[in-house]
Amino acid sequence: MKLPELIVNCIRHATANVFSTMLGVEVRQGEVRTENGAPDANDGVVSLIGLAGTWTGAGSISCSPALACRICSVLLMTENTAVDEDVLDAVAELTNMIIGSVKTDLEEHLGPLGLSIPTVVFGRNFRTRSAANADWMVVPFDWDGEILQVRLCLTRTERDTRSHLQMASHACTVDV
Amino acid sequence: MAPDVLVVDDSAAIRKILQRVLRQTGMDINTIHEAGDGQEAIELLKLHKPALILTDINMPKMDGLQLLAAVKASDAWRNIPVVMITTEGGETKVGEAVKLGAAGYVRKPFTADQIKEKLNGILEPVLPL
Repeated sequence: MKLPELIVNCIRHATANVFSTMLGVEVRQGEVRTENGAPDANDGVVSLIGLAGTWTGAGSISCSPALACRICSVLLMTENTAVDEDVLDAVAELTNMIIGSVKTDLEEHLGPLGLSIPTVVFGRNFRTRSAANADWMVVPFDWDGEILQVRLCLTRTERDTRSHLQMASHACTVDV
Repeated sequence: MAPDVLVVDDSAAIRKILQRVLRQTGMDINTIHEAGDGQEAIELLKLHKPALILTDINMPKMDGLQLLAAVKASDAWRNIPVVMITTEGGETKVGEAVKLGAAGYVRKPFTADQIKEKLNGILEPVLPL
């Protein structure tokens, strides 16, 4: 199996599993695409997490503020109507679980990978860019008409693991 | 008096979920203390003696493996069972946790039943189910 196909399979499995286990909902996967260079501007919530090892890169989850609030409400059994600390924390943890599961599945094929702590951004008209210089696999999921996008990019490296663990937490930059 | 439990995770969302799940298990628990990292957990351990510690692995300041090592190195705390709850599924970190004396391991995402099942075998002597 080629790496892009493997990544998409891992994202599909991890996202479906996290949503069904933690939120009790089924999400429908949309059409997979590849992004290279500057991605479209974002409006909403983006959560980023670094990956490091013999492969390095980043994973992210992005969604609208409304979907972020809904995720938090279901996850914590609370009423969330605006993006606050709880909502950002819930999206960060969802990212940690999804990309963490993807990482664990990929390790069977790619060897040990490290995972950084998630960073969440909320705002309007901002762009995220990875220094990893690799294509992003973008897998959209539909939850009752609201779209959540899971992205992952990975590139092979020959540098030692320790230096990449330091790099991974700074792999993504945000342009506002 | 029912025993206390200490939940350690840098995510407030996960701490809230674990609070809810622990109450749902029907275990007789007094207070569930929360810490956002290993250092905070150590400070709480100096004030309370929980019957169980549930901890994440990846955390800032002091991670779950460092916390586990500190608990097992202490005469006062080494008998407290420590269960790792984490996204880390790699054999390296799990193996390290087992080597350091972790009582068990639950991978995120988790259900209330998975937590209860894991804790059943570990806690029956200390927490009535």
